[in-house]
Amino acid sequence: MVSIAEPIAKPASPFRFLLDRREVLNAVLISPAILYVFLLVGLPFLLAIYYSVSAYTLYDPTWRFVGIQNFLDVLKNPVFLRTLGNTFLFTFASNFLGLVMGKFGAFLLLQPFRGRRIVRALVILPWAVPIALATIAWEWIFDSLYSVINWTLIALGIVTRADAPNWLGSPGLAMLCIIIINAWRFFPFAIVIFLAGITAVPQDVIDAATVDGAGFWRRNYQIIVPMILPIVAIGLIFGIVFTFTDLSIVFLLTNGGPAGATSVLGFEGFQVGIASGDVAHGAAISLFMLPVLLVVVIGMLRFIRRREI
Amino acid sequence: MQRIIAFATRRTLFWLAIAFFVFVCAFPFYWMVITSFKENSDLYNVANVPFWFTEPPTLEHFRYLFEQTLFGRWLLNSAIIGVCVTTITLLAAVPGGYSLARMTGRSGEALGIGVFLTYLVPPSLLFLPLSRIVANLGLQNSMWSLVLVYPTFTIPFCTWLMMGFFKAMPIEIEEAAIVDGCSLFGAFVRMTIPLSLPAILTVVIFTFTLTLQEFVYALTFVSSSAQKPVTLGVVTDLIRGDVFYWGELMAGALIASVPVGIAYNLFLDRFISGITGGAVK
Repeated sequence: MVSIAEPIAKPASPFRFLLDRREVLNAVLISPAILYVFLLVGLPFLLAIYYSVSAYTLYDPTWRFVGIQNFLDVLKNPVFLRTLGNTFLFTFASNFLGLVMGKFGAFLLLQPFRGRRIVRALVILPWAVPIALATIAWEWIFDSLYSVINWTLIALGIVTRADAPNWLGSPGLAMLCIIIINAWRFFPFAIVIFLAGITAVPQDVIDAATVDGAGFWRRNYQIIVPMILPIVAIGLIFGIVFTFTDLSIVFLLTNGGPAGATSVLGFEGFQVGIASGDVAHGAAISLFMLPVLLVVVIGMLRFIRRREI
Repeated sequence: MQRIIAFATRRTLFWLAIAFFVFVCAFPFYWMVITSFKENSDLYNVANVPFWFTEPPTLEHFRYLFEQTLFGRWLLNSAIIGVCVTTITLLAAVPGGYSLARMTGRSGEALGIGVFLTYLVPPSLLFLPLSRIVANLGLQNSMWSLVLVYPTFTIPFCTWLMMGFFKAMPIEIEEAAIVDGCSLFGAFVRMTIPLSLPAILTVVIFTFTLTLQEFVYALTFVSSSAQKPVTLGVVTDLIRGDVFYWGELMAGALIASVPVGIAYNLFLDRFISGITGGAVK
């Protein structure tokens, strides 16, 4: 018998040939991700749109179609208009502040100095640590009675205990607090983005500019900043989108108060849709974010693409 | 002489600016540490200097946290959620990122941007419909709802990261494997995946930290204490009505923040190269 030496013929599966084609393999490999995202982002998104034009509530889960009635109700509510204004103020003020601090911080961290790694590690913390936990720490810092800021102000003789500011209790200050916390959370990310961008600028470009007589400010704002704009734009997309839709800072720190002074869109959607169970109106409120998000994202992506070509 | 003074002024200003940044960033965390080790009588006495201990430090808040609250359970929940979400994410994002990186032409580019955009669809837009879906699946008030929902943001994010890493890996390695007799799929499994282990580790770490950072979905879906992840448990269960257990709150926040802070710092550079690698080739 010679069969000992005979190789066992592998059964050739038809799938093997298919998987050996690049297009087929690519399609197969991407499908789990696409499927998951389609089922749990795409469908819910469509569902949110449907809720917003229906009369659905937790207590009366009907699918009755009411057209744009929910949106009209929401727009008629003066609280909502204030919420919308707050959201814009919160988003732009904190992103602007974060970006300015980020640029400045990146400039500092670019210099070589002893202990730079430790400084960077500490500076990155606000962005790394879960924002809900950091917000609680801030709430303690802004506490009405035991605020460490007030203690310091009193100890320095700037204010007396009787007229010490009630940070989270007065409308203007509460708004300032949530803006500061969000800028505090965002600016380490801005630093990181700026650093990544600046280190990617070729040194010879900077040298050439120096030889041509460009001073510090010129090098900074006419060479480096324009060159890193695409990467900054990506960072800014993240910053604006996540601030505009944020609800955790407001939910934990002020609960929208005092008297709606810090209510933002995400928070209002949560209050109406989950806490009160009025899913339809909650969905309508949340959907007001969509046009702004679309404008920001499309604008930035076009901008990035134009600069790449 | 004048130059020396100018130099000294510049150095002083520089260090002052550094000190300012470090103070602003680290103070809330210093505050967590100080508060969590202070006696209540020390904490709630406005006559004491708050920046340091007037009475000797205590472990009372930590003891209370582990013995009188469900804090240990929350940590365990977060670990279970993190492991499950990371597994699901890896199964979808590693092949997905590879596929996007190797796709050529317009369709690949469009899909890549599509993935990036899904990451930007915010939780505050999706939590209403998702809460209904979760309820219909019978997962309401259970941490498994979070295992189901968290991959909706970790998969797009990690697919994008993996795409950046795979794009940086030369395709010639796979071609060499194919010449040596590997199938296309075999080249991916036997060459590309082992070579990208550092990238995969980065994705694991960041998926884990993303699940710890998430708050909105947890707040919406889970309300029974025993099912909460640590981030939610600390900020909701240690406040009873109007009474804030500040010592316990800060102790819990501290324990939950430390691992995330360390992980971020160790993997930051890889993370940056991944996130920008996908964006600017």
